[in-house]
Amino acid sequence: MDFLTHLINGISLGSIYAIIALGYTMVYGIAKMLNFAHGDVIMIGSYVVFITVSTMGFPTILGIVIAMAICTVLGMTIEKVAYSPLRNATPLAVLITAIGVSYLLQNIALLVFGANPKSFKSVVPFEPLVLADGQLVITGVSIVAIITGVIIMVALTLFVNKTKAGCAMKAVSEDRGAAQLMGINVNGTISMTFAIGSALAAIAGVLLCSAYPTLTPYTGSMPGIKAFTAAVFGGIGSIPGAMIGGLLLGIIEILGKAYISSQLADAIVFAVLIIVLLVKPTGILGKPINEKV
Amino acid sequence: MAMLEIRDIEVYYGVIKAIKGISFDVNEGEVIALIGANGAGKTTILHTITGLLQPKKGTISFDGKDITKTPAHKIVSMGMAHVPEGRRVFSQLSVFENLKMGAYTRKDKAEIEESLAMVYSKFPRLEERKTQLAGTLSGGEQQMLAMGRALMSHPKIVLMDEPSMGLSPIFVEEIFKIIEEISASGTTVLLVEQNAKKALGIADRAYVLETGNIVLDGDATELMNNETVKKAYLGE
Ligand SMILES: Nc1ncnc2c1ncn2[C@@H]1O[C@H](COP(=O)(O)OP(=O)(O)OP(=O)(O)O)[C@@H](O)[C@H]1O
Ligand SMILES: [Mg+2]
Repeated sequence: MDFLTHLINGISLGSIYAIIALGYTMVYGIAKMLNFAHGDVIMIGSYVVFITVSTMGFPTILGIVIAMAICTVLGMTIEKVAYSPLRNATPLAVLITAIGVSYLLQNIALLVFGANPKSFKSVVPFEPLVLADGQLVITGVSIVAIITGVIIMVALTLFVNKTKAGCAMKAVSEDRGAAQLMGINVNGTISMTFAIGSALAAIAGVLLCSAYPTLTPYTGSMPGIKAFTAAVFGGIGSIPGAMIGGLLLGIIEILGKAYISSQLADAIVFAVLIIVLLVKPTGILGKPINEKV
Repeated sequence: MAMLEIRDIEVYYGVIKAIKGISFDVNEGEVIALIGANGAGKTTILHTITGLLQPKKGTISFDGKDITKTPAHKIVSMGMAHVPEGRRVFSQLSVFENLKMGAYTRKDKAEIEESLAMVYSKFPRLEERKTQLAGTLSGGEQQMLAMGRALMSHPKIVLMDEPSMGLSPIFVEEIFKIIEEISASGTTVLLVEQNAKKALGIADRAYVLETGNIVLDGDATELMNNETVKKAYLGE
């Protein structure tokens, strides 16, 4: 029963990682860049929910919607201001800029919200589900995280595979020039990708802070790095890869904490990543990289 | 006034001047061939016309409108389609999805269906393989897809960059027959070709390009009998 509990917790944490990883992987697939500030968008989203719901007393759903809207605008603004001028720059210049944006967001948060941790009130009002005579306890947050994860994954898969805009996204990710010749606005598509990823980051932030209720300006960075790891793990650029990578990472982390060592859990996660990349450098579902010159 | 007017364009890659001040016209209904050796600048010219590259100097006008600074994604809805060098079909998308992307800027569903039926009738192989991923098509089939995709935008003019490249003789025949059909249906064609003999065979007029300059131009039949052209491009 313990194992089942850990597994469910792992799937729940993994769903949150998967939601964040989707943002990384979509942006990588379309814009060919690693948006290191993605984790910090999660943090901003969480603060927005904290302020609107806990401080101002808005209904939870409204707070989440506001957070998604603010993160969407934030993500699109970051892309427009910081990344789009670098469209033809070297990957290293873009990477350094992204790290810069990440620090900028953390420091703005430090300035505005202060360094004191805020205690985030879970947005999930349900009682834990107690099964098997109390041997199996599933928290409300776990259930909501898993359901939300499933909904987002299904919706995103349908969007990318079944809609014209999704098709255009795949076209841009494969060949920007040819996509433009079809009349697809590449800048618009990149902007839309950032918008989707950032809205998902807001959702992930709320779930994360409901499960781990301490909110600081650095809240987003570790989950951000883990989700990035998950995206690489599954094959960066691949949407199903991000889902699988996120879930596996969450499960490995929780099981590692439970059965090996809670201090070493993060090290185990990264060790697994290194092993996977040694065996299959492009990640679980990654396609062979053929860089065009 | 010609449908497409190129005036004194100069195009650079960094500091390298690839196109050194070129002017030419394409009139409505014509088939114009642009021939020249590897590296002469043919692809560069087509990319500049459709907005993938910006000229440093000179102007391009299409249907009386200055399109020199128009971004690439706005050109196709003006009635210009481009079959790029090396096909560049979307390999992760199916044949059908590739064709749909060709009609990306069009809204009228019935008209899109009509174009789709026209493309399938020109290229029955595409219909047979509509659910297949484009990346798994043979080279010749990919070329058909690239042409079909361009036709899906219902263009007034099609720019084609070496459509016969790497194809077997039977496919080359097929592709040239289709270019003639496209022209016969009223679409203007600007054709870049290595296969100068075939290109001059179907063209009305032609321009000969050498390292960024136009060195010869005239009626296709005239050029076919030109000694320089014969030596350099027809291998006679
Ligand atoms: N991206 C680029 N960067 C730098 N130089 C380039 C680039 N693309 C083309 N060139 C140069 O510009 C010149 C013209 O190239 P272009 O591709 O237009 O020739 P082409 O006539 O289409 O040749 P081919 O018949 O081989 O396709 C060449 O000297 C080429 O090396
Ligand atoms: Mg070329």
